[in-house]
Amino acid sequence: MVFQARYDEAEAAEIIGEHRHLEGPLLPILHGIQERFGHVSEEAVRQVAAALNLTRAEVHGVVTFYHDFRKAPAGRHVLKVCRAEACQAAGGDAIAGAIETALGVKFGETTPDGQVTLEAVYCLGLCATAPSAMLDRRIVGRLSEAKIGALVEEARL
Amino acid sequence: MTKLFIPLDSFAVACGADTIAEEFKRLVADRKLSIEIVRNGSRGMAWLEPMIEVETPDGRIAYGPIEPGEAETLVDAGVLSGAGHEKRIGKVEEHPFFRAQTRHTFKRCGITDPLSLDDYKAHGGLKGLERAIGIGAETVIAEVTDSGLRGRGGAGFPTGIKWKTVAEAKGARKYIVANADEGDSGTFADRMIMEGDPYCLIEGMAIAGVATGATKGYIYLRSEYPVAIDVMREAISRAHQAGVLGASVLGSAHVFDIEVRVGAGAYVCGEETSLLDSLEGKRGQVRFKPPLPAIQGLFGMPTVINNVITLASTPEILSAGAAAYKDMGMGRSRGTIPIQLGGNVRHGGLFEAPFGMTLGEIVNEIGGGTASGRPVRAVQVGGPLGAYFPVSLFDTPFDYEAFAAKDGLIGHAGIVVFDDTVDMMAQAKFAFEFCAIESCGKCTPCRVGAVRGYETVKKIIDGEHPAENLVLVEDLCNTMKFGSLCALGGFTPYPVMSAIRHFPEDFHGEPMRVAAE
Ligand SMILES: Cc1cc2nc3c(=O)[nH]c(=O)nc-3n(C[C@H](O)[C@H](O)[C@H](O)COP(=O)(O)O)c2cc1C
Ligand code: SF4
Ligand code: FES
Repeated sequence: MVFQARYDEAEAAEIIGEHRHLEGPLLPILHGIQERFGHVSEEAVRQVAAALNLTRAEVHGVVTFYHDFRKAPAGRHVLKVCRAEACQAAGGDAIAGAIETALGVKFGETTPDGQVTLEAVYCLGLCATAPSAMLDRRIVGRLSEAKIGALVEEARL
Repeated sequence: MTKLFIPLDSFAVACGADTIAEEFKRLVADRKLSIEIVRNGSRGMAWLEPMIEVETPDGRIAYGPIEPGEAETLVDAGVLSGAGHEKRIGKVEEHPFFRAQTRHTFKRCGITDPLSLDDYKAHGGLKGLERAIGIGAETVIAEVTDSGLRGRGGAGFPTGIKWKTVAEAKGARKYIVANADEGDSGTFADRMIMEGDPYCLIEGMAIAGVATGATKGYIYLRSEYPVAIDVMREAISRAHQAGVLGASVLGSAHVFDIEVRVGAGAYVCGEETSLLDSLEGKRGQVRFKPPLPAIQGLFGMPTVINNVITLASTPEILSAGAAAYKDMGMGRSRGTIPIQLGGNVRHGGLFEAPFGMTLGEIVNEIGGGTASGRPVRAVQVGGPLGAYFPVSLFDTPFDYEAFAAKDGLIGHAGIVVFDDTVDMMAQAKFAFEFCAIESCGKCTPCRVGAVRGYETVKKIIDGEHPAENLVLVEDLCNTMKFGSLCALGGFTPYPVMSAIRHFPEDFHGEPMRVAAE
């Protein structure tokens, strides 16, 4: 489940404090921030930059480079569906299309009720139990039209 | 107490293993059964996952694929004492898929409790590291060099030479970085060893530390692998407590620590210099070489960066000796290679064997052809940057040089099988699309070429001047191949050109210039 907690400077400072002693602390900090607040906001960028003695542009550049980090909140749940070759070979394109239909959104979009964001992912290492997907941190394999209903249901909860 | 093995491997978990384990746990408690549930790694027979195994006087008996909701019927049917059942597979060691393998790097995977150090030691673990400490850095490097081990991340660079360069480089600190980004589609060997035998990677990294004088290790692990992240972190913490890692590795004068760092969903961060920038907290852009990472790597210090399987192969090389490893394989590809079969294949999973089997043997005999039952039409070998092979090239032996001679690559040894419903033009389009999505943007041939290539293939699909546009695609591929800074842009032409060359009928049947070569 992805939390959409309100940004809290003290909490962010705590997350920064937990990781700042590491060599190359920026990615662990950004992961921590996103896990806690659901995205990396402009406020967070400012605070992290100040704490690590980096420019905002530098931190912003890192946040936008990586597919995992988001500048804006996502839905309460994020459903990532594998679109890579092994899943394609196992009928993944049809599955992906059926998921779009079931959720009523395209890849990269969030359902109007803010419940689910649908994203493409390129390989989950489940290529021998394809097609596969990941709902928040839970992995799902051998997706079939029959299984999609339950998965979408769960994502909408 | 009888042991019941239920895998924690992602293949099994993605198909309900956690629920199945809960169900068995409840039954064991309710019925006061004398059963100990062990969450093991996967044996690699993914099409049978979740595959459970029960210890009996006749050996470990496997059943699979098990589904959630079945536990009670299975127990009632006597499965806990190895009874007959339609899902009974019998002994894994006697299964044709397993029997045909040479399990070297994966010898413990699926057999032991991945997090039990005692189990690890009881199955030959830590012998390699103990020996490495005993024989010293130079001899360790000589052994790794003599074994003929080449990097399993794709480039096939001799591991011993890399280690020697780092050992001889001067630096205030040195690092061992395990490349666990495993971004190639169709591959899962790194994931499986990290989930199923994490101490093997830890031991391999510590051996590299002994060999080079490095004191700190990082595992750069992709965020798409939540199970591997958890297992690896727990194993590292236990290895610390047991003195395998820390200020005195196995009681010796060697210092070695390991930390897991989680990636952030960028394929290019599997490229070694981009990975190092990412570890440093920067955008994961590819660096110009030289300097080599071995001389100036992480934070400017001498750094070994190796694929997970490369590192995990060294404990057994050190404990069994270089000769045993070198004796396997063909040509300049020595030892074993964990082949990963995925996509539309009947028997998908991990198959470890010496180099040299033909592609046809692997796909048809080991893999059993397609899962759909339709004819195999194409296989992509080596991930998204690997070539598509037609059935007419199935006599190609699995060997770095033999694949290069056929304009292909082994890469991380993933094979994705497609049946005759595949549209190769769509696959060529996808190759460009993927490159465009994942390009780090540092060089123009890749950044611009991928987008142009994608648009041009789309035109061909729409029947817009197919002949002219195919020539354009070929030109683009040449520009990307020779002008890109790294293999993301440089190798995208492999899937594209192989699709055009071997499957011209999918590209409007136009006579191909390339096909005539
Ligand atoms: C775009 C790109 C992605 C790569 N991804 C990986 C990867 O996920 N894992 C890996 O081990 N090597 C990957 N490599 C290869 C690494 O750059 C490097 O060769 C390897 O980590 C060296 O280790 P080895 O000698 O043990 O193979 C990639 C290379 C490129 C160009
Ligand atoms: S080829 Fe692509 S990924 Fe590689 S350095 Fe150039 S732009 Fe970056
Ligand atoms: S290609 Fe989809 S899980 Fe690997």
